[in-house]
Amino acid sequence: MTPEIRKKYQNQFTCKFPAAIDLFEPSLNSAEKILSEQQIFAYLDGANFLCKIGQGVDPVLVYMRSMPEIIAHFGGDSIEIITHYSYQLARSPNKKSLIPFLQSLKSVCLRIDSIDDLQYYLHIIDNYVEKTKTIIHGHQSIHESAGMIALLESIPNLIPKLCLKGIENFIHYGASNYKDAPDQQKEYFKLQSHDAKSIIARERLGTNFKSIEHKLNMARDCLWDCDLPLSSYTTDAHQIRKPQPYLGDEIIALPDVLEDKNSISGLNRYRAILAHLMAHKKWSTRLMADNYAPQLQLMVSAFEDARVDTLAMRKYPGLKNYFLALHPYPKKGACDKSQMSCLRYRATRLSRALIDPQFDADDDLIKEMCKKFHHCLSNNKESSTKEMSDLGTDYFIKSRCDSDSRPEIYFDKTEVSYRDDNRYFWYHYEEYDEADEIIPDEYQNEEKKVESADSLPPKYYDEWDYISKGYKPDWTIVYERLHPSGDASHIDRLVEKYAELAKRLKSMIEILKPQNKKRIRFQEDGEELDLDIALRSLIDYKSGQTPDMRINYSYATDSRDIAVMLLVDTSESLNNINSETGQTLLEFSQIALAITAWTVDTLGDKFAIAGFNSNTRSEVRYQHIKGFSEKYNATVKARIAEMKAAYSTRMGAAMRHAAHYLEAQPAEKKLMLILTDGEPADIDAKDPQSLIKDTKKAVEELKSKGIFSYCINLDKNADDYVQDIFTNNYTIIDHVDKLPEQLPQVFMKLSS
Amino acid sequence: MDISHYKIDQEPFYKQLTNEVDLYQAAYAAKLPIMVKGPTGCGKSRFIEYMAWKLEKPLITVSCNEDITASDLVGRYLLDENGTQWIDGPLTLAARYGAICYLDEIVEARQDTMVVIHALTDHRRELTLDKKGELVKAHPDFQLVISYNPGYQSLMKDLKQSTKQRFCAMDFDYASADLEASILIKEGNIDQETANNLVKIGHTARKLKGHGLEEGISTRLMVYAAMLINKGITPIEACKMALVRPITDDLDIRETLDNAIELVFG
Repeated sequence: MTPEIRKKYQNQFTCKFPAAIDLFEPSLNSAEKILSEQQIFAYLDGANFLCKIGQGVDPVLVYMRSMPEIIAHFGGDSIEIITHYSYQLARSPNKKSLIPFLQSLKSVCLRIDSIDDLQYYLHIIDNYVEKTKTIIHGHQSIHESAGMIALLESIPNLIPKLCLKGIENFIHYGASNYKDAPDQQKEYFKLQSHDAKSIIARERLGTNFKSIEHKLNMARDCLWDCDLPLSSYTTDAHQIRKPQPYLGDEIIALPDVLEDKNSISGLNRYRAILAHLMAHKKWSTRLMADNYAPQLQLMVSAFEDARVDTLAMRKYPGLKNYFLALHPYPKKGACDKSQMSCLRYRATRLSRALIDPQFDADDDLIKEMCKKFHHCLSNNKESSTKEMSDLGTDYFIKSRCDSDSRPEIYFDKTEVSYRDDNRYFWYHYEEYDEADEIIPDEYQNEEKKVESADSLPPKYYDEWDYISKGYKPDWTIVYERLHPSGDASHIDRLVEKYAELAKRLKSMIEILKPQNKKRIRFQEDGEELDLDIALRSLIDYKSGQTPDMRINYSYATDSRDIAVMLLVDTSESLNNINSETGQTLLEFSQIALAITAWTVDTLGDKFAIAGFNSNTRSEVRYQHIKGFSEKYNATVKARIAEMKAAYSTRMGAAMRHAAHYLEAQPAEKKLMLILTDGEPADIDAKDPQSLIKDTKKAVEELKSKGIFSYCINLDKNADDYVQDIFTNNYTIIDHVDKLPEQLPQVFMKLSS
Repeated sequence: MDISHYKIDQEPFYKQLTNEVDLYQAAYAAKLPIMVKGPTGCGKSRFIEYMAWKLEKPLITVSCNEDITASDLVGRYLLDENGTQWIDGPLTLAARYGAICYLDEIVEARQDTMVVIHALTDHRRELTLDKKGELVKAHPDFQLVISYNPGYQSLMKDLKQSTKQRFCAMDFDYASADLEASILIKEGNIDQETANNLVKIGHTARKLKGHGLEEGISTRLMVYAAMLINKGITPIEACKMALVRPITDDLDIRETLDNAIELVFG
C-alpha cells in the first residue's frame, strides 16, 4: 500500500471514536488483502455511517472486524444492504440486537453465497420481528421482540444444520407458538427447549430417524432376528461429548438424524450402525473393563469391532460396501509421534487394515497383527472376544511408545461413525454402584420418568396446532405400562347385579353372530331357484345351446372381520359421584367395560382395552388393560378392578398411541371406541380449543389409516364440543346408570 | 376307460425331508385318505406327484376354487347331438378306475361341496352319483389326498370337523437351509454359494411373516429365482423379480428386502 493511498483511506475514515481509530490500522491491513480499492472505500463509508447512528462504538468495531470477509464473500453490494439494515435495526425497539446481528453475519457467510440469499436471510429476521412485535393500546412495537438476541446468537449453531428455508420454519414455529410467552420464546431461540431440538431435528438436512424407524425395525427383525426396541438420542451441537450409538441391555440407541456421508445415504448409515450393533449382540461376549487400562481398551475394542464386522460381512457381504465407505482411512504418516499421542491413529489404522484387505498398512506390526487376526477367523471360525483381547494386548504392548501419554491427542479421522461406544461388551465393577440409587435425583428433568418394571420406553407424538396449522413435533410423550391388577372377583360382584342385562345381551349376540346374510347367485346347487337365470337357461336349452347350469342362488354368512380398541378416559373427573345413584362414574365405567369385554369376547371379535390420562404433555399415561390376543379372563378383570381415576384428559396423544396398535391388526374393519366423561383438556393447555382441535385432527388421522372412531360421552353438556371432534360419530349418555347397558349396545350397533 | 395317461412317467425331483415317504406308503397300503398341510410352495404337490410315481399309480389333480361344485368333482350330464351323456368328473374317474385323486387347496372350495367326498373317505369307500342313480364302489387302488395351507386362509375357510376327521394328516414345512440349498442346486442348476445366498434371503423374509408379510418366501419362488439366475440374470435382479415383487406391495417391506438382497449378494 503506498502512503498516498493510505492517506486517502485515512481521509475517508471520519469516525472519531478512539477505539475505532485504534482498530483502523489492523482492519485496513486485513481488508486490503481481500478487497478492491473501491470496496475499501465503500467499507470505510459504511463504518462512518455506523458511527453516526447513535449506538456507540461497539457496532462499529464489530463491523470493522467482520465486514472485510463478508464483503469479499458477497461482493460490494452487500455493504449498502447491511448498513441500511443496521440503521433500521438501530431505529427500532430491537436496537440491542444490532451487535448480535452484525456478529451473526460471519457465520451466515459459511453456508450462503448469493446476495439474494443474504436478502432472504434479512427478510426472515424481518418476518420474525413483524410476528413478535408487541402491541399495547394500539401503539405498535414499543417493546422489543423477546427472543431476538437469543435467535441471532443461535444463528452460528443453526446455519450448519439447516438450510435457510429450515431456519425460516424454525423461526416461524417459535414466533407463532411462544408469541405471548417471552421466557419460553427466549429458551426456544437459545435452542435449549425440547421443542427447539425437535424442530431442528425435523428441519435438519439428512435422514430423520423417525421417518425410517419402520424400515429399521423390519431390517432388525429379518436380518438380525432381534427384538430389542429401537430408540433415538438427540445429536446436539451443544453437547461437548458427542454421543455414540449404543447397545444397551434393553435398547438399541441410534442418533436422531444422519446425513449422507461418503456417498452412503443416511438410511444406509443407519443400517450399517444397526448391523454393527447386532453383530456385537450376536458374537461379542463380555469383558471386565476394570482389568484393562483405557488405552488397552481402545486396542482391544479395535480388534473386537473388526471381528464382529468381519463376521457380519461374512453373513451379509453387501455390508462391505457400507463399512469400507464409512470407515476412516487415516493417511500414512499423518500423525507425528514425536509431537502428539498417536494412539487413536494407530488403533484406527489397525482397524482399517483388519477389515480392508486392500489397505496399505506400511507397517510390519500391523501386517503381523492382520495375519494373526485372519488366522483366528480362518476356516469360518468365529473366534471370540477373549482371543481379540489377547491380540489387542499383544498389539498394545508391541506398539507402545513414549508419546502415547502426551496430552495432545491426534483425533483427525480416527472416529468410526458406524461403530458404537462398546458399552455392550465392556462392563464395569464399581464399588459405589449402589449409592446412586439411594440418593434421589433432585434435578429431575423435563421428561419425568414414569417408569416401572412393566413400562415400555416412552413414545413421542406430534400434536396439532390449530393456530399455526402445523404439527408441533414430538410434543407429547406417552408412557405405556401394564395396568396394575386388583381383585378380579370385585368385578364379578359388580357385574352380578346386571345378570338381567347379560341375558338380554346374550340373546342379541345370538342374533348378531351369524351376521348379515349375503346372496350368492349363479349356483349350480343352491337353496332356491333364481328365476331370471333359470329362464335364460331354459331358453338356451330350447334353442339348442348349452344352458348355464347355475340357476340357483344360496345364502352365505358375511364374515365378521373387525378389530375394536376401547380407549377409556381415566381422568380425575371420573371420581365424581353421580347424584342419582351414589356411585362414581369410574364404577360405572368399570361395569360397562367388564360387560362390553364379555360381549365382544363372546362375539369372537378382536378386542383390546386401554386406559389413559395425562399430567401435562410430557406425561401421557397409557395403561394396557386387555390386548388383542388376550382372552377376557381373571387377569383382565383384575386389571379393570384396579382402575383408578387421576389427572387430565389428553385424548389426541392417547388415540394416536392406541391407533398404532389397532393399525397393526389384520382386520377388515377397525373401530376405536373412546369412552370419556368430558372434553379433552390438560393442565398445561391454556387454550381450551387447542386439545379439542388436536383430537379432531387425531380423528382425521385415524380415518386416513382406516380406523373408525366413535365416542361415548358421559358428559351431558358434551354437545358443544363432541360434534366438533367426532362429527356424527358419538353417543351422549345422559343417565350414567345406563352406561353398562348402552356401551355393549353401541358396539353391537356399530359392528352389525 | 384308459386312464394311464394320468400316470407319471418321469421321476419327479423330490428330496425327502424325514420319513414322509414311508408314512405315505403305509397309509396308501392301508387305504387311508391323506391330508397334507403346509405353507405355500413348500413341496406338498411335488411330494404327491413323487409318491404317485413311486407307487406307479395315475394321479388326477383338481385345483379347488370357490366356484367348484359337487358336479365338477362327480360328473354331470352334458348335451350332445344324441341327447344327453354322462361324463365322469375327476373324482368319479379316480374312484372308478383306481387312481390317486389329489384335491389341491381344498379349503378354497366351499365347505358344503366337500361333503361329497365323505362316503369315499370312510370305511364305505363308495360314491353315489345321485343324478345318474349309480353307486360307484371305489377301486382298490383309489386314494384321496387333499392339501391345505393352514396359514393364510381366514377362519371362515376352515374345513369342517367332519371332513377333517376323515384324513390322516402330514405336516410339511420349508426344508432346512442345507436341504433347501441342495434343492435349488438341483432344480435351478446353480452353484452352491448362490444357492446358500438364496436360502439366506428366503429365511430373512420368513422372519417378517406376521410383521406385514402374510407368508414367507416359498421354496418354489426360490427355485424361480435360481432359474432366472441360471438364464444369466444377475442374482440381485433375479431375487427382486422372483422373491420380492411377487409377495408384497408394501414399499417399506420391499425396500427392506431389496436391501437384504444387496447385503447378501454384496
